[in-house]
Order: sequence, then structure tokens, then C-alpha cells
Amino acid sequence: MISRRELLKRAGIAGAAVVVAPAAASEAAEAAAQTPAAAAIAREPLEALTAAEADILEAVCARLIPTDDSGPGAKEARAAHYIDRALAGFLAPSRQAYAAGLAAIDKAAMDARGVPFAKLAAADQDAVLHSVEATPFFALVRTHTIQGTFCDPFYGGNANFVGWDLIGYPGVRTIVTPNEQRMGVTLKPNHKSAYEYAMFTKASASREPSHGGHDGDPT
Amino acid sequence: MATRLKDTEVVVIGLGAAGGVAALPIAQAGIDIVALEAGTWLSKRDFAPDELRNNVRDWPQAVQKAQHEIPTQRVLGATLRSPSHPMMNAVGGTALHYWAQSWRLNPWDFKVVSETTKRYGASRIPKGSTVEDWPFGLDELEPYYDRVEHEIGVSGQAGNVRGALDRRGNIFEGARSRAYPMPPLRGTDFTDMMASAATALGWHPFPGPAAINSRTYDGRSACMYHGFCNKGGCHVDAKNSPLVTTIPKAQKTGRLQVVTRAHVTTIDVDRNGRASGVNYVTDGVEYFQPAKVVLLATYTYENARTLLLSKSPAFPKGLSNNHGQVGRHYFSHNQGVGVTALFPKNLNNWYGLPAQGMAIDDWADDNFDHSGLDFIGGGNLWVYSDRRPIAAASMDTWKKAPSWGSAWKAFVREHADRTNTAYLQKTTLPYEDNYLDLDPSVTDPLGNAVCRINATYKDNDFKLATFIQDKMEQWYRAAGAIEIQRGPFIPVMGVTTHAYGGTRMGDNRETNVVNRWGFAHEVPNLGILGASVMGTSGARNPTLTAQALAWRTAEHLVKNWKSIAG
Repeated sequence: MISRRELLKRAGIAGAAVVVAPAAASEAAEAAAQTPAAAAIAREPLEALTAAEADILEAVCARLIPTDDSGPGAKEARAAHYIDRALAGFLAPSRQAYAAGLAAIDKAAMDARGVPFAKLAAADQDAVLHSVEATPFFALVRTHTIQGTFCDPFYGGNANFVGWDLIGYPGVRTIVTPNEQRMGVTLKPNHKSAYEYAMFTKASASREPSHGGHDGDPT
Repeated sequence: MATRLKDTEVVVIGLGAAGGVAALPIAQAGIDIVALEAGTWLSKRDFAPDELRNNVRDWPQAVQKAQHEIPTQRVLGATLRSPSHPMMNAVGGTALHYWAQSWRLNPWDFKVVSETTKRYGASRIPKGSTVEDWPFGLDELEPYYDRVEHEIGVSGQAGNVRGALDRRGNIFEGARSRAYPMPPLRGTDFTDMMASAATALGWHPFPGPAAINSRTYDGRSACMYHGFCNKGGCHVDAKNSPLVTTIPKAQKTGRLQVVTRAHVTTIDVDRNGRASGVNYVTDGVEYFQPAKVVLLATYTYENARTLLLSKSPAFPKGLSNNHGQVGRHYFSHNQGVGVTALFPKNLNNWYGLPAQGMAIDDWADDNFDHSGLDFIGGGNLWVYSDRRPIAAASMDTWKKAPSWGSAWKAFVREHADRTNTAYLQKTTLPYEDNYLDLDPSVTDPLGNAVCRINATYKDNDFKLATFIQDKMEQWYRAAGAIEIQRGPFIPVMGVTTHAYGGTRMGDNRETNVVNRWGFAHEVPNLGILGASVMGTSGARNPTLTAQALAWRTAEHLVKNWKSIAG
């Protein structure tokens, strides 16, 4: 019999369903496993990182928030995609830190095992990450991996809401009822980005000192 | 050379929580008022429920002016610079994204010196403190609290209406002339659980007041409790900032002209030492707005800074500073030193707002006997429902799990909704050696010195903070918390949303910048609005007090127009 872990691995992205509704876990995973399209995650076009850098970053993210018994992780959430996109925008000031930090992690892998970080087995990747745990870059990439896993999908991460489902966040609502604030209630996850609500302007967080587009008296 | 604009009667600098309220009674009296606002107009469409943008990337504060003028802090001889300014430039100001807790100060807060002396002796006033009694008591400000509560809309449960106590509200509050215009925001299972625990301890829990609609009010929606109020504007205009309350009403009079993106630099004086108008810059172009009366309503740091930068032969040390009091008696609210609890069950705090909570005032102000204690003042304990996913996933792992990997993931998955952090506001006092001045080496892009904070918390703050942490831990444990973490006491007073003083109000012009009406002792046609005039903090958010004082100053101006405008 195939293990739940193996099922999840095969299910890849659709493994999110496991966290959404644990009771229906095996059923959902099984259905997903039978869908060939769900078996692999294609990398989005890169916006800031080189392909080699992205390989390392993907592998780092996948160890920080691994895909495991408790469901999909940073890989399925596309945290690395979030980071790559952000490095071309809001996080541009961190671009050099990523170049240096990812190179340092790869060098640590080569020094220790003679193999690039992305090619190491998971346990060996963990050992390398433990060796750089105290560095500022590790804290940075950890912070950004969490952002990329749990942010609004508008930013390229939290794909298919796997991050929100992981921690039981029931999702962005514009109206919340008294019952939805009771303890013990099971709220159906509301898989919507804030920007799927037509009422909001898609204002991006920019480093530029302006709110942009809102000048002038409305009256 | 600055372009001289058409004369006006009143110019207000800053159209935020204080200036945006003061504009209404002035405009309604038929007096022309020009508002110079550094920010722009925003609307409910701009306030998407987006944690990354609002809370992580500080979008509300990513604005034209403030981020280039962040006050520096002098600590042990070194100069520290904060990465961001907590306040917002926009029409409506920081009231767009604040928590909207709208407290009245308690009676003791107005009379710290005389009440402490009477009950415990003068020796109990902390050494080095420059605290004074306010020039009036709560009774003088009560009508203005009442006026603002009804004008903008404040929800809450009264605890003392004309002396009749109601245990559903705060029995420690001063007498109010009538109840709040709206019932309090609703409770949640979590806040109900905390209230029951407090009652079992013999304490007096009550829902706190908020400038947020608990029901439809004045044509605006009730609160939707969607969980993005904290550092977010309201998507249904249920948060009662001046943007949606007093400013539109003032505009309807035809007397208020709003100028956005106006970066004010200095206030000019005439040969008689009276304020003559305001200099500002927009897109590199300089303007001078002449006015009969100037109201300075920026924020505590910028109020002091604007005066210190406005030097003239009559005021060589800065406007209204011939007694050396501008920047003095500065203090920031001691609102750190928190307590976080871990519960053995999910709390369902994913929705709600910081103003939807439960308060304890039993340990605030002088509501308990300090005879055997080594500090004065107290703290308000506040718990509330508010959680978002990035912050939840960034939780501490309580030494029960590593900080990444499968074990971390499993821990966060189980505990993301099981913590709660209390908000503990405590009495803070002014001290002789805590003050604001101009930084001698850091300037903004226009070349003007930024404000510098020279201030540390003192012994009284430390002892009080520890006492309040004890009480909060007791409350959480009574409610079933299995683990408690206490935040550290950090003596540095950083850049904060609760900044007081620098232009203190009082009858004595040797120790105060503005008189009891909010007009400068040295410059009779210069009014100053905001928490910079407050001499004590109490144990609660300052905004409603700043607004009540602003309304009172504006009303005084209207009633005494000829003598003040000259």
C-alpha cells in the first residue's frame, strides 16, 4: 500500500486539499495523484534571479518549509517565485544579498559534500542549512520564505492557498459574522485573493515615497 | 522667492486626527480655513485587506513626507535612525489606519501631582519628573469629549453616566454627561472567555470604546470585523477618521480649502511677533500662505520641529521658544513590555480588530492603593481578536520546536491560532532630561534638520511595567493559558504613535508652551493641536483626548475671533 507521504509527494500542489479537509485527505490526494498535470510544478519565468540561483533558492525554500506529512510546503506555495518577483520590485535592495547568500550556501554544499546544494539529499541540505543558520542571510531568506508561503497570492506566492490552509487561516473575507468569530467553529476556507474583490484598487507596495494616483481633491 | 498666496483667515498645518476635527467648528462658524496637508486623498477602495502590503511593507506610511523626516534618537551618545515613521501623511492622517481606540482620560490623569501628594505625599512624585497638574480637570474637557464622540461616532459601554455606575462599562471612568452614541463593538468567544476569567478574579472587565461603528451611524456602515483594521484603512468607512466624518462636513460649508502635497517648512512672524502665515513646498515650488491665525496640527515630533525651525529676530531659538520650553516635557507612552500567552486550544482570532476587545482598568491610574508600592500610576490591560497569516506563521515556537523544517511546520500548523498578545498601556511621565530638539547633523531632502529624541524610560516606568506584566499573566493564567512570555523592558523611547509633550499646555508660561486654550503663550494667534500639548498620558490611547482638546481650541478661537485674529 502506498504511504500517505508518498501520495502527497506525488500529489504535489493538489496536496493542499489534505490540509483543507483532513477527513477527505486520502480521497483528495488519490484523485490528485491520478492527474498527470499535478505531478510536476513548472517554474515560472524568472524576473530577478539567474536560473542557477533559482535552483538553490527553490531547494532552500523546500527545506525551510518542507513538503511532508503535514502537507504541502514552500515549494507548492511557490515561495521562491514570490521572492524572485519581489527581488525585481519591492525587495530589490536585497538582490545583492541573495546573490552572495545563495552562492555561499552552494559553496558550503560543495565544500562539505562536493555537490551543488540543489543536488544534495534532503538530510544533507539540512546539514548545510544548519551550518549557515546564524547568518543574516539565513534570517532574510527565512523571513521571505514565510512571506512567500503565507502572503496574498497576488504576490506570486501562497499558490493555491496552500500556506493559508496549512495554518487554518480561513481566508480573506470582507464581511465576518459573529458565528465566524466563535471558538470551535469550522470555517470553510475562502480561497480568494484580496484583489479578487472588485472593490479594491490594486495598489502595490512601492519603495517610492508616494501613494500614487490619488492626488487632487475628489470633490 | 516663495509665491505669496491669497490671504485667508485660518491656516491649519496637517489635516489629520486633530486638525481634521478642528476644521469643522471653524468652517461651520463661517471662518475661511486653508488646510495644508502633506499627504493626499485616499478612499476605501485603497484599503485592500492585504497583510503583505499593509503590515509587512508598511504601505500606509510609505508616503511623501514623513519617511524623509524620521526623528533620530540619541542613545548613550550614539544617534540611531529608525527605518520607518509610524505616522501617516494623508487627508485624515494616521486616523485612517489607527486602531481607533477612543478613550477619555480618567480624572486622576489631570491631577497627578495634587492627587499623589494628597494621598501618598509629595515624595512619591518620581525624582526628576516635570509633571504638573493640567490647568483644568476632566469636568472641563467632558463636554468636548462628548461632542467629539457624537460628532465622529464612538461606540462603547458607559460605566459612569452622571455618577450612576454601570458595571457593564468602566466603573473607574469619570462621570460622563450621557452614554456613548453607539453600543460597544461585539464580543467574541475569546473576549468572552477573558471577561469570565477577569470576573472570577474579582476584576471589572468591559468592552473598550472605539471610533468604529458598531451599527450604521450618520449614514456610514457598521464594522465588518474582517481582520485588516490594524494598519489598514476601512473598506466600508466604518472607521471614523476625519476623512469620512468632520472633513466632508467642513467642506460642505464652502469654507474649507484643502491643499494636498503641501510640505510645510516654517511659520513666519510679523514685526509684532504674531504669526503671519506658513511657508510650504510642493514639487520644489515654494509658497507662502498668509493667515490671520495659524493652527499647528502636524504630530508631536513635527509640531516641536516646525517651531524650532521657525527662527526669527523675535524668536531666535524658534517660534514661541523664548522660554526654552519647545521640545520639553516630551514622553512616549510606555506601551511595550508586553505579555504573550499560549493556550491549549484554537482561539479563532483570525478575524476582528484591535478595538474589538476586553479591558481591565482595575490596575490603571490610581484605581488601586499604591501605599505599599514603589511607583505611581498604572496600566490598562487590553486583549483583543486580531490575527493575520504571515504574522501567525512568524510566531515564536516557545522553545518547543526549531525555527524551520518539518518540526517547525508541524508546530506552527498546530499553534498558529493559539497565542494572544496583550496590549498594556501604562502611565508615563515627563522628565527633566527627556526632550526633543533638532538633530545637529541629520537633515531632510530640503536641508532642514529632523527632530531628535533624547529620552529614556525611568525607574517608575520599569517598576510599573513589571507590576502590570504580573497582573496580565495572572489574567491569562486564569483564562487557561499554559505558557506565558514577557517582553523585555527596553529603556529607549523610540519613534512612536503615542508621543506626547514638546508644546505642553499649562497656565505657567515658564514651563509650558500653550495656555489652557491651546494658544501659544508667546504668540497669541498661534494655536497648537495634538498630543504635543498633553502633560500626562494616562494609561490609554491619546487620540480622543487630542481631538477633544482640538475641538475646544477651535471653539475658543471662534468665540474669541476678534481678539485672537487681531
